[in-house]
Amino acid sequence: MNHAELLPRDEAVQLIDATGRPVADDGYPLPDDGALLTAYRGLVEGRRINDQASALVRQGRLAVYPSSHGQEACQIGAALALRDTDWLFPTYRDSVAVIARGVAPAEAMVLLKGDWHSGYDVRAHRVAPQATPLATQLLHAVGFAYAAAQRGEDTVVLALCGDGATSEGDFHEALNFAAVFHVPVVFFVQNNEFAISVPLSRQTAAPSLAHKAIGYGMPGRRVDGNDVAAVLSVLGEAVDRARTGGGPTLVEAHTYRMQAHTNADDDTRYREREEVQAWVARDPLTRLHTHLTASGALTDELENEIAAGAEEIAAAMRSALNTDTDLDPEDLFRFVTTERSPQLQEQWHQLRDEIQRDALGDDQETHSAGGVR
Amino acid sequence: MTITHDRIDVDTPASTVQTLSMAAALNLALADAIAEDPAVVVFGEDVGALGGVFRITDGLTARFGEDRCFDTPLAESGIVGTAVGMAMNGLRPVVELQFDAFALPAFEQIVSHVAKLSNRTRGAIRMPMVIRIPFGGGIGGVEHHCDSSEAYYAHTPGLTVVSPATPQDAYSLLRAAIASPDPVVFLEPKKLYWTKGEVDTDATVDIGSARIARDGTDVTLIAYGASVPLALDAADAAAVEGRSVQVVDVRSLTPFDDETVTAAVRSTGRAVVIAEAPGFASVASEIQARVFERCFEYLEAPVRRVTGFDTPYAPPKLEHWYLPDVDRILDAVDSLHWEDRP
Repeated sequence: MNHAELLPRDEAVQLIDATGRPVADDGYPLPDDGALLTAYRGLVEGRRINDQASALVRQGRLAVYPSSHGQEACQIGAALALRDTDWLFPTYRDSVAVIARGVAPAEAMVLLKGDWHSGYDVRAHRVAPQATPLATQLLHAVGFAYAAAQRGEDTVVLALCGDGATSEGDFHEALNFAAVFHVPVVFFVQNNEFAISVPLSRQTAAPSLAHKAIGYGMPGRRVDGNDVAAVLSVLGEAVDRARTGGGPTLVEAHTYRMQAHTNADDDTRYREREEVQAWVARDPLTRLHTHLTASGALTDELENEIAAGAEEIAAAMRSALNTDTDLDPEDLFRFVTTERSPQLQEQWHQLRDEIQRDALGDDQETHSAGGVR
Repeated sequence: MTITHDRIDVDTPASTVQTLSMAAALNLALADAIAEDPAVVVFGEDVGALGGVFRITDGLTARFGEDRCFDTPLAESGIVGTAVGMAMNGLRPVVELQFDAFALPAFEQIVSHVAKLSNRTRGAIRMPMVIRIPFGGGIGGVEHHCDSSEAYYAHTPGLTVVSPATPQDAYSLLRAAIASPDPVVFLEPKKLYWTKGEVDTDATVDIGSARIARDGTDVTLIAYGASVPLALDAADAAAVEGRSVQVVDVRSLTPFDDETVTAAVRSTGRAVVIAEAPGFASVASEIQARVFERCFEYLEAPVRRVTGFDTPYAPPKLEHWYLPDVDRILDAVDSLHWEDRP
């Protein structure tokens, strides 16, 4: 690939514009209606999950929820770009992508609910634990892909991060290692314009985040992050390149975080309401809805069925998260190392005895033989 | 001191018992592990054609190919972070971080991911990896080449931290570390790379076990890494003065062998802990505290520490003042309330 081919275009790839009209593009085909309907279902469910989770924070059922409201096209595009055998390396804001890979919503929320640090079977769904430190997981994705390629598997690893993470050293190291070792990884940056309160202009002076790719010797691509058709097509090309031995790609999706960083953040301190409001017109759901309705692919009947499905997911999620989990204090010691050290065993016995004494104190009658084994 | 590098011929089948430098023993351990397990990969900076700045990986690329031992871009976080992904996906990475202080860019990966991934995923992901770090001073190295960072790692739950003091332990501990399903920080005392000893490749060492390096009845010196031969020298000197000095080589900083150390100190009633690192909030402090907690009623005197000063590691021409030496150890031994002896 020559230097010019590594550079992103001046404008992000867009296949369906904000009014729902298709945009012809020589390089990227518009996915067919079947694929777009699948994506539309994902967007509706993703929006419902985002809003349900935010409601559960207000009700005190989740400690925190970093919403991807407004970024659902990136989330669903990321999940749908992969085969079942591929792997996704997500961050804390990527719960909708994690759920779209097949993880039950309540399991994806275990981290945020506070029951444990990662709540799903990473191997069953081929989804790495959601990473909280920024950009660190990009290196894990590179090593993971390296190992897969060594075994001759055609696994592709899609690693997600935000615009803030591109300032971290690990972002640089991950892209550099990936390019030097030519591993099958796609780096997908969801540029939502803010790292908590700090705007993109304070993260980079580059023309775009995708322009960073040429410095590592890999293609950089820009895509409209609120256009799921374009996300699918651009990520699809990058995933294909990785799978066929073409090496890594950096894809930057331009999107917008419609809500605060988390419920602990007051976004009125750093951005105007008019700016947020302006992005409503670019909503990923409405534009695809308009497009699919105009093409006749989305009927009222199907629309109702999709909405009902999303409602069912929200209801199941609500019910699961309104149930308190039985927590086992010994879990504190169980997974630190494969074999428990004598020191940890001693500490577990101390805690066990404390709990036992507390139980005896609380209820001498029913716990006379000891409240905890 | 003059630095010479032992080169071993890795194509020659190893006899079961041979005399090797610690560097050669480590090299042999890597070669044997690579040969035995196709999942083992060795990588880092300068480990390929050069064979590592201390030649620990000498000949591995030539013998086993670039898939098994290779150079990376110069980026420690990248080395450890990619090792995390490899370990998640079936490989057993053994990485080299060139010097103690150069490991610090990888600290976040080590603490936040290497140490925690098993716990975060409730044991679904294990981290069978070894992070080798040439460790400590005493070689006249310049700034940032001679620190002792073991307390940072030992303080981090989920990490196993070991340091050999003999060529035999270098071989056997490294084999055990590579075989471990959990991440091991493997601290190689630079000062001992060129010391020689017998290595039996069939001998095994359990991680978490301390070693009685010398028997004695009057006082127990507790040490690890490069401080072990120093403690043995001090024991020889004390013997001239009529004191019988026991030396315990801790060998595994975490998990810690309380049983061996406790029994040793109870048998003598006196103890001195020796380490190069600054003493404040150190592994030496931890050992001292554990001995006090477990041996208080057996002690004839307070447990003392002989450590580096709480200063940044000394420049080469000052390090002889910084490092614990035989006299400082003997002074500590002399201060252990001998006049109260019944």
